[in-house]
Amino acid sequence: MTPDESPTPLIHARGLTKKFGEFTAVDAVDFDVASGESFGFLGPNGAGKTSTMRMVGCVSPVTAGTLRILGLDPNVDGPRIRGRLGVVPQQDTLDTELSVRDNLVIYARYFGMSHAEARTKADALLEFVQLAERAKDKVEPLSGGMKRRLTIARALINDPSILLLDEPTTGLDPQARHLLWDRLYRLKQQGVTLVLTTHYMDEAEQLCDRLVVMDKARIVAEGSPLQLIERYSTREVTELRFAVGVQETLDGQLEGLGERIERLPDRVLVYSNDGEAAAAAANQRGLRPETVLVRRSSLEDVFLRLTGRSLVD
Amino acid sequence: MAVSGAPYRLRSAGDLPRRSPLAGLGAAYEHMWLIYRRTWRGSIFGSFVQPVLFLLAMGVGLGTYVDTASPDALGGVPYIQWLAPALLVSTVMQGSVFEATFPVLGGFNWDRRYHGMYATPLTPFAIAFGQLGWVVTRALMVASIFAFVILLFGAAATPGIVLAIPVAMLTALAFAGPVAAFMSTQRDTAAFNSIWRFGVTPLFLFSGTFFPIDRLPDFLQPIAWVLPLWHGVDLARALALGTVGQQPLLHLAHLVILLAGAIVGLVATYVMFKRKLER
Repeated sequence: MTPDESPTPLIHARGLTKKFGEFTAVDAVDFDVASGESFGFLGPNGAGKTSTMRMVGCVSPVTAGTLRILGLDPNVDGPRIRGRLGVVPQQDTLDTELSVRDNLVIYARYFGMSHAEARTKADALLEFVQLAERAKDKVEPLSGGMKRRLTIARALINDPSILLLDEPTTGLDPQARHLLWDRLYRLKQQGVTLVLTTHYMDEAEQLCDRLVVMDKARIVAEGSPLQLIERYSTREVTELRFAVGVQETLDGQLEGLGERIERLPDRVLVYSNDGEAAAAAANQRGLRPETVLVRRSSLEDVFLRLTGRSLVD
Repeated sequence: MAVSGAPYRLRSAGDLPRRSPLAGLGAAYEHMWLIYRRTWRGSIFGSFVQPVLFLLAMGVGLGTYVDTASPDALGGVPYIQWLAPALLVSTVMQGSVFEATFPVLGGFNWDRRYHGMYATPLTPFAIAFGQLGWVVTRALMVASIFAFVILLFGAAATPGIVLAIPVAMLTALAFAGPVAAFMSTQRDTAAFNSIWRFGVTPLFLFSGTFFPIDRLPDFLQPIAWVLPLWHGVDLARALALGTVGQQPLLHLAHLVILLAGAIVGLVATYVMFKRKLER
């Protein structure tokens, strides 16, 4: 569903701006998120993703522009809107003095659920995030991945209309990330609207139906991962890695190998629709890279094209 | 383990219930009870031991000496009876500074509990006053145990000792409010150590708990007037000894100043919590 087809988007932002004194963290961004959609903010650290998420989460007043969530204005109806949101913040906010289960039970109480309702829901959610065996343990000794899963369970306690996830898998090992992605994917299948920020393009490709790329407080591109790749990159990429010092001597020898050349500190990226042909052409010119890798374009390439730098820097 | 879908119920987007701020306050307060349930044994024991030690050392030990040396120094009242209600208030004051420091620093900086609370329908009002409500509850507990120990020691001059409990709660709030408001601006315990060394300890020693403030050098006496501890100490003592009627205006002034301190503390905490949460 695109925003145009949906009469009332769950989130509607126009000219949304956040300033901290003189510093502009979010500069007049526009976006809509429809019900059931999985929407992502992709961008490097400091791009304004978290500030945007905090405004959507109704914990940070909007400086200028329009923001409507579930049809309401956060500056007026913040607590009511928050009652229908589930939030997975970048930094954990679990109560380390309480048990795993009590963390969920007390959170349910914040949404006005009865004790009985809270306990039933807490146990079902612990089952879902595979923490049922740790229910009585304290939070402190849990691994990073477990804490994240507990935070996700907590965010689901009120059957939220929108689940906001700010860098949900940053700092987790690959296994923990995949388990988390699996759970988020199940939620998406059940119709939960997901809004997430990430600086991992694989995460964005896995989870997002549609995303915006943010850079320096602005939205620089919008579309599905596939659309963005088609629009801003070629089908394939040939990565040429040269021996130390060689790359600097290649002036003029790389031009025309593909539609576009990107020089990174450690390798050269050749963008074309036929990566093998580009590699063969390089070989014909007498270039002798140490390694050659032909791959499909990814969001990383889109980002590189749009901002001139890689995502995690 | 068989896991399929999440226990999730899709609700209509228009389902947006309103909740009263007081319900949120209740939930924030309930959170503190839940934490306390894990630690209450140690805390009750501590609340019991401290008055026993102080009443033994100061009340019985020092008191015997004072009473023998000058029986009329305190208007003929035995030192332990004179000391006990004041010590109750001073001890509760110290506890309230602790309760307004570590939970607040933790809530904003360590486990960031407050930020988690604020992501829900809870408001800064609920978060701030849930915390202060808990401080007052702890004051009630500590003061009640202290009063019980005083009765065990036979150190109560009149049943008025019971009235020292609400005075202690009010004094606790007058201290906890400003301390909580200030701690919301701090990232670590560095300032707390200074508050304790240069604020709480001198107050504890020089606010008329152990000797009348007219024994202080003249230039220090106005300080006792400005800070709320002496007002709590002197009011609790008068109630316990049954001497309120002797200086009704003074004791009314004590009550007004304590109330003013408590209100200033409540407002300051609310304003600072709101500022810190809404960024």
